[in-house]
Amino acid sequence: MPITYTSNEQVEVYRFSVPAAILIPLTAVFLQAFVPLRLHFFSIFDLPLLVVIFFAVARRSQVTGLLTGAAIGLLQDSLTGHPIGLYGIAKTVVGYGASSLGVKLDVENAGSRFLVTLFFYVAHEIVYFTVARGLVGLTMQWSWGHELGSAFANAALAVPLFILLDRFKQRT
Amino acid sequence: MENLISRYRNVTVLVGILFAQVVGLAVQVQRTSEDRSTRLIRVWAVDAVTPLEKSIVWLQRGGSNLWHSYFYLRGVRQENRELKQEIERLRIEAVRLSDDAEQAHRLQALLGFKEQFISRTLAAQVIGSSGSEQSRSIYIDKGARDGIRPDMAVITADGVVGKVLRVFKTTSQVLLINDQTSGVGAILEKSRLQGVLRGTPAGEVVLEKVMSDEPVLPGEKVLTSGGDQIFPKGLPVGTVTKVSPGAELFLNIRVKPVANLSKLEEVLVVTQQEQREPAVADTGKVRASDILAQRLPSVPDKPVQDANKPSSSASGLKNTPSGASASKPGLTGTEIPKPGGPAAVTPGQTATSNPKPHAVSVGPVIKPVSSAPANPPTGGTDVVKPATAPKHASPAAKAPDEATHPPGSVPEPQIQPEPPPDKPQPEDQPQ
Repeated sequence: MPITYTSNEQVEVYRFSVPAAILIPLTAVFLQAFVPLRLHFFSIFDLPLLVVIFFAVARRSQVTGLLTGAAIGLLQDSLTGHPIGLYGIAKTVVGYGASSLGVKLDVENAGSRFLVTLFFYVAHEIVYFTVARGLVGLTMQWSWGHELGSAFANAALAVPLFILLDRFKQRT
Repeated sequence: MENLISRYRNVTVLVGILFAQVVGLAVQVQRTSEDRSTRLIRVWAVDAVTPLEKSIVWLQRGGSNLWHSYFYLRGVRQENRELKQEIERLRIEAVRLSDDAEQAHRLQALLGFKEQFISRTLAAQVIGSSGSEQSRSIYIDKGARDGIRPDMAVITADGVVGKVLRVFKTTSQVLLINDQTSGVGAILEKSRLQGVLRGTPAGEVVLEKVMSDEPVLPGEKVLTSGGDQIFPKGLPVGTVTKVSPGAELFLNIRVKPVANLSKLEEVLVVTQQEQREPAVADTGKVRASDILAQRLPSVPDKPVQDANKPSSSASGLKNTPSGASASKPGLTGTEIPKPGGPAAVTPGQTATSNPKPHAVSVGPVIKPVSSAPANPPTGGTDVVKPATAPKHASPAAKAPDEATHPPGSVPEPQIQPEPPPDKPQPEDQPQ
């Protein structure tokens, strides 16, 4: 059973050191901007989104989760040519949703992490496309095939990445 | 109320943060210069990320140079021999091309064309990308400190890459031509049809605003038209890969960029462009017809005539030397509108209308006309006549016609108005 329902008392809440809380998102944004230059296929991954999901689920605080999402999203927006706020809004929603889920469910094992990432990747893309088309007026093409493919790729990457990031977790 | 807020604290914060971002987005969309409001955030983000990118690129480049320059030298002798042979071949080619270029320059000078030159470029290393599939831009390691400014053209040896979007102190953001918000004035090499090159959300490049009644074939090259005032005219952009009917009588032309936009490592930023008339020393003594006569043996040489000699008429056209034409030495009695002159000179109209730059391009098909058909054409009576087929009649296409005129015949003078309003393409000159 990948996802188990737990009470709040049973769920462990983690925190992160300040350097880890700053450097992990920065590294994710840096790799997202740098690696696709050498490995073009890497652009289907969204490392900052995976970091947002990881932090939100681990901390299990909705306010912290949405603030982390907003900060990472705005940082990612700053590197694009588009108006700032598109990724910010999408990742704020994901941060809030993932931390809300983390409060209710145990998402510590690989299967649950895969499913959670799959779901929130699609949610992130839907929010992003809605805002980009509705508010900014960008011409976006939605392709379920591409989005689902990217969602599975990100979910597959999330499993080992989250195991790696688990090393930075500190028990409260 | 307090209880309510504390009870729904999380949702309140969520709504507040989302509302603030939506307002921020709306403000950016409304403002034309969004950089002013978000400049600081972008500077912080770029300053946080690009130093690391720069150092990694620097290390990578250093390691690569060390390997390729000192360790991995296998096959260098063989490559050296091949390169020397290539140089010899290119030298021979250069002699031939310089002759053609010289003639093209003389003709351009005669016709008063302005040439666009890339007079200064700056090499830059690509250090990062936007990291988003929706926004196709890259970062280079040169910025305001190096003289980069927004809207400068960015190219590679292969062709056009994009333009500078934002400039920071030591880095710049370059908008690639396959981004959906980019636009490049482009022209098809053979058909000379102009359009706007745009990126699609999928990262492809399409040529828009080309009427569907014109034939466009896959494989045709796409060049910059210079109409956007960013890219110099004539730079290669890509090749037509697919043509299909589009909306509202326009063609849907898919273009494959010549530059590999997904694997950019080094680019050139065009920091200075010049527009000047081609400098040819003997321009004043050479007439267009004389140049053609050199190229086409069937056209006999003509003696140079006095510019003030009264003109005669031919085919109902009169030629009155204007101040502009008379002031041009060598243009004796030949009314050569400057590029950009009237789009067409109708028969019967005096060919001394005031030509304005960049509306008509005059190819080397201006032919002298004499009133006596049996005699070779003489100067002083040249008249101009508009061409009937303005679009596809490039000078190169017309040159064979001229060659078919036997000596002593009366070739009709023509002006070929062409859609691209700038200088003629050097490759279109008669060979």
